Amino acid sequence: MKPKLWSWLVFLIGFAYFALPLIGTLEFSLRKRRGEYSLDAYAWVFEDPQFRETFGYSVVMALLTIVFGMLLVVPTAYWVRLKYPRLRPLFEFITLLPLVIPPIVIVFGYIRLYNTSSFLPMTGTTFGTNMLLMFGYVTLSLPYMYRAVDTGLRTIDVRTLTEAAQSLGAGWVTIIGRIILPNVLIAVMSGAFVTFAIVIGEFVLAALLNRPAFGPYMQLIGANRAYEPAALAVIAFAITWFCIGLMQLASRMTPQSRAKRS
Amino acid sequence: MSFLSLDQLRKSFGATQVVKNFNLDIEQGEFVSLLGPSGCGKTTVLRMIAGFESPSHGVIRIGDADVTARRPNQRNVGMVFQAYALFPNLTVAQNVAFGLKVKGVGKAQSAARVAEMLSLVGLGDFGKRYPFQLSGGQQQRVALARALAVQPQVLLLDEPLSALDAKIRVSLREEIREIQQRLGITTVFVTHDQEEALSMSDRIVVMHGGMAQQIGAPHEIYSSPANRFVAEFVGRLNVLDAEVTDAAQGHVSVGGIEIPTGRPLTPGTVPLALRPEAISLGPAPGHDISFTGTVTEVQFLGSVIRVGTHMGGAPVLLDTFNRTGRRPPQLGEKLEFSFNSKGVILLE
Repeated sequence: MKPKLWSWLVFLIGFAYFALPLIGTLEFSLRKRRGEYSLDAYAWVFEDPQFRETFGYSVVMALLTIVFGMLLVVPTAYWVRLKYPRLRPLFEFITLLPLVIPPIVIVFGYIRLYNTSSFLPMTGTTFGTNMLLMFGYVTLSLPYMYRAVDTGLRTIDVRTLTEAAQSLGAGWVTIIGRIILPNVLIAVMSGAFVTFAIVIGEFVLAALLNRPAFGPYMQLIGANRAYEPAALAVIAFAITWFCIGLMQLASRMTPQSRAKRS
Repeated sequence: MSFLSLDQLRKSFGATQVVKNFNLDIEQGEFVSLLGPSGCGKTTVLRMIAGFESPSHGVIRIGDADVTARRPNQRNVGMVFQAYALFPNLTVAQNVAFGLKVKGVGKAQSAARVAEMLSLVGLGDFGKRYPFQLSGGQQQRVALARALAVQPQVLLLDEPLSALDAKIRVSLREEIREIQQRLGITTVFVTHDQEEALSMSDRIVVMHGGMAQQIGAPHEIYSSPANRFVAEFVGRLNVLDAEVTDAAQGHVSVGGIEIPTGRPLTPGTVPLALRPEAISLGPAPGHDISFTGTVTEVQFLGSVIRVGTHMGGAPVLLDTFNRTGRRPPQLGEKLEFSFNSKGVILLE
C-alpha cells in the first residue's frame, strides 16, 4: 500500500472516531417526533425558562471568571517572568494543581473553610456563594489561563519592553495595561475562551454550592428526559465551536495582524 | 561642576563585584563612550545610570540632583536598547508619543513633537507603520526618536548598532552623532566596537574588570594608551619584547635593532608596542629607525595593504596605503622598513 493511502486511512478512522458520536447525537436529538425528523427537542430546550436562566447565569459567571482570572494571571505571570524567572517551575506546578486535585475536593475544602461558622462566612449569602463559585472557576481554569498567558509572554521581550517603558516615565499600571496586556491579548483571549467552555459545562462546584448553573441543569435534564439531553449536548457543542470561532476572529483583530493583511 | 557624575560606583551580584570604584564626570552636551570587552561592567554602569540596577555603593548625580535612589521612571533619562525595544502593539507615531502621553502632554502638542522627532530621524512618513514593517535601522531610528521625544536630561545608548549590518551601522552612527551634536544632549554610549567609540565620542572610557582603565579623548586613548590592556584593546598592535641596553638613557634593543625610548628604564626586558601604521615601507621623512625584513604575509584590505614581516626576529604587521600604480609587496620579497622611535609605546 502506498504511504498516501495509509494517511487517508488514518485520517478517516480519526474522523469517524470524532464525528460519528456527534452525528449520532445530532440524529437522535432530531427524532423526538415519531417517524420524522423535527426540532421539537430544541424548541423544548429553548422554551424552558430554566435553560435561559441557568445558561445566562453561567455566561455571567464565565465572564466574571475571565476578568478575575486575567487580573490574577497576567500580572502574576508577568512578575514571575520579570523578577523571579527561577520560580517559574514552582508557579507552573502550583497552576497545574487544579488538574490533579479533583473539583470535589476543592469544593469540600471551600465549604469547610468558608461556611457560616468560619472566619469568612462566604456561603452565608447568595452573593458570597456566587463569589466563592467564581473563585472556584478561576482555580479550575488556572492551568489553561496561566499557560496561555505565559506562552504569550514568551513571544515578547518582557524585560526590555518594561525597561523601555520605565525609561519613558511609565509606572507599573501603565506598563501592564498599555504594553504587556495588549501584546499578550491573543494568548489571554485563547485562555479566556477555554475558561468560558470550562465554566459553561462545569457541574461539581455549582451543584455542591447549590447555584443555578448550566452544568447541573444539563444533568437534571439528562436524568429526566430522553431527546432533550441530546439537543442540549449539540447546543453545548455549538457554543464551544462558536467560542473557537470567536478566538480565531479575535486573533485577526489585533492591529498588527490587521496591518499585515492590508 | 559636571552635569552627570558617577562617584565611587560599585556593584556586586552575589559574591562577584562587576563594577569597582567607578568614577566619571561628564559635562553637559558631551558624548562619552564606555568601551570594553564583554563582562567588563560597561552595561552595568549604564543600567545604574538608567536606574535599572541600584549601585551597591556610590552616588549618581544628574544636574544638581542625587538620583541614586530614584526609580527609572523618575530619572528623566532616555534610553536606546540593542534590541530596539519598540512596543509591537503601537504604531511608530504612538511609540514616539508614548513618553509624552505618560507625562500628560496635550494631543496637539504631542503630535507636533512626534512629527518633529520623526523628521529629525528621517522617518517623517512612517508614523502609521508598525515596528514589524520597518527594517532594523529604521526601528533603531524610531527608538532614538522615542527616547528624545521626552527631552531627557541624559541619553543612554546601549550598543544600539550591534544588531545592524555593517553599512547601516556606519551611516546610523554618523546620524546619531550629528543629532546628538545638534541637540547638545549629554550622551553615554556603550559599545564593544572600538571603531564606533573612536569615531563618535568626545571622550572614551576604556573599561576592564569593572574598572576604568583610561579616560580620554579618542586620539589620547589610541596614541597614548595608559596600560597594556588599553593598548591591546584599542586598535591593532605589535607587541615586542625589548632588551634594555642603556637603562639611564632609555635605550633598548629588539633583536639587535637599537631603539631610543627617551626615558630612563630599569634594566632587564620591557614590552614595547608599535602600531601597524607607524611602520612604513622603505625610508620615510622623520623615521630614524630602519630594518630589513622578508615579507611573510600580505593582506589586501582595499585602501590599505597589511604586510607581515620580522623585526629583529619578532613578527610584526604594518599597514601601508594602497597607492595607484604601486605594486603591492610580494611574499618572500626582502624589503626595507622604517619607523619613528617616538611612535614606540612603552607598555607598563
